[in-house]
Amino acid sequence: MHMADALLSPAVGGAFWAGTVGAIGYASKKLKERLDDRRIPLMGVLGAFIFASQMINFTIPGTGSSGHLGGGMILAVLLGPHAAFLVMASVLAVQALFFADGGLLALGCNIWNLGIYPCFVAWPLIYRPLAGDGRSPRRILVASLASGVVGLQLGALSVVLQTSLSGVAALPFGAFLLIMQPIHLAIGIVEGFVTAGVIHYVRAARPEILDGTASSPPPGAGVSLRNLSIGFLALAIVAGGALSWLASVRPDGLEWSIGKVTGKGGLPEREHEVPLALKSLQKRTAFLPGYGFKPPANEAKPKEEAPSWPNIDAGASISGLIGGFLVLVVTFGIGWAIRAFRGRSAP
Amino acid sequence: MSFEAAYSGLGRLDRLSYRDTMIHRLDPRAKVVATMLFAVAVVSFPRYEILSLLPFFLFPVLIGAAGDIPAGFIARKVVAVSPFAIFVGMLNPLFDSAVVAIAPGVSVSAGWVSFASILVKFALTISAALLLVATTSFPGICRGLRRLGLPALFVSQLLFLYRYLFVLLEEAMRVVRAREMRSFGKRGAGARVFVRVVGTLFLRTVERAERIYGAMLARGFRGEVPSMRQETLRTSDVVFVAAAGGFFALCRFVPVPQTIGRLIRGLAG
Repeated sequence: MHMADALLSPAVGGAFWAGTVGAIGYASKKLKERLDDRRIPLMGVLGAFIFASQMINFTIPGTGSSGHLGGGMILAVLLGPHAAFLVMASVLAVQALFFADGGLLALGCNIWNLGIYPCFVAWPLIYRPLAGDGRSPRRILVASLASGVVGLQLGALSVVLQTSLSGVAALPFGAFLLIMQPIHLAIGIVEGFVTAGVIHYVRAARPEILDGTASSPPPGAGVSLRNLSIGFLALAIVAGGALSWLASVRPDGLEWSIGKVTGKGGLPEREHEVPLALKSLQKRTAFLPGYGFKPPANEAKPKEEAPSWPNIDAGASISGLIGGFLVLVVTFGIGWAIRAFRGRSAP
Repeated sequence: MSFEAAYSGLGRLDRLSYRDTMIHRLDPRAKVVATMLFAVAVVSFPRYEILSLLPFFLFPVLIGAAGDIPAGFIARKVVAVSPFAIFVGMLNPLFDSAVVAIAPGVSVSAGWVSFASILVKFALTISAALLLVATTSFPGICRGLRRLGLPALFVSQLLFLYRYLFVLLEEAMRVVRAREMRSFGKRGAGARVFVRVVGTLFLRTVERAERIYGAMLARGFRGEVPSMRQETLRTSDVVFVAAAGGFFALCRFVPVPQTIGRLIRGLAG
């Protein structure tokens, strides 16, 4: 399932975008070293292929429901991890842009969930060791099943984490997990079977396609782990710091669990200039601090653990409703007027 | 969504992106940046915020109207992709039952408020993303992304995907139709046939890719897809991004609807 913008917070979305862009850069760099130009149209066309094959449904035996291919695992086996990741990223980008599947902010999360886990985790750590030289159909089936299941479980877990960390949906972490994981277990099993089937078919028809990737070095070879870690750390700090001051005041799942673990309300505050200044700016501008309307300035604001909903001043809410209605009318009126004007003046 | 419906929707969005309006002529980088700022601003609102989100509708409305994109088309696509967000957000009223009064005499559970907020944010972000493609064209976006710093390899790959997407979708459609015609209903829709169908498609794809590569080599391909369009940032682009960013910042930090409402009531006495 694709994440949606509306369920994300800027901090989570930004952090995963940073990670995804880093991964795209890394995969591109690795590919450029070893790639001959022949692969570029192949990758593009395979992306289109994955796209097209995702639109072909098949019925899952025994359930009567239909499923479709994910594609990350097949790509990883056929192209190698770096190329497969880029292809998945491009397929998801096209889906996000043309089909509005998820949204632009969530695209970073989606590429991470559906690209990183199959290509950089499940393929090298599970498929490759299990499948060996790729000649025995039974080993391929086992490898496909295992890597398909693990890849999708990780992806589903990722979605749950991203949703919970964002704090927009009220669905508790545990309940969401209980819904997502079993569904994706079933999907993973089906995907494993289908992946094995396609690989078997291709091996029977044109085995030389598969032999190209068996000898590729595992991903990560040749890149200094230290540089990579520093790079990701820097990106995470920038994304988190720059964007998290927009995050909600209400303790989100992460703070909640931190609170439970440490017994304190949240992370210990560091007394630095910039966070303090930003905090005061946030206090002044936050329209609904603690999700109640701003108390009058002379009232001491009590430190509260759980945000409360005070009785809302009737006047404030009526103003809000009037203003909101007016904003909508004016906004859509402008749109309508522009279209009408354009219609009259068009030849 | 059925294969044909998805395919024709894709074609229509693509055709819309080649029109020539004021919005279409803006630099792709400006539109990408503005849309991302929009998404961040919308998503940064707290869970229960609805009213302050309303002014943000001005962005998609203006882009859509000035770019001559049919409103119904965008609205239908937004509704078509909403299931996941609805499915997750729908549980908010169940898990968040604190009661709140939203108007004198009207009170609902806070979960409904946050659910509505999710829906509003969803409508805003999705329509902005669709309008980005509808006014910029996919190759335009790719060029913009390249100049914003994404690796050339990835962008070339995106362009190839786009170029061959329609070709492959047609081929897949032929295969699906063939399968249907030989299936007498459900019999052919099983996994075994699917595997063969997909496998055949894959082999045809690989062979096609090799023909493409040969053809491009013969025309001087050296790894990157060059573009003849000279795209430089003009004042209109900078003004667009600045105005958009300023508007988003204003609506993010100033409660616009409430202020307007108070003014009205003040005027009315």
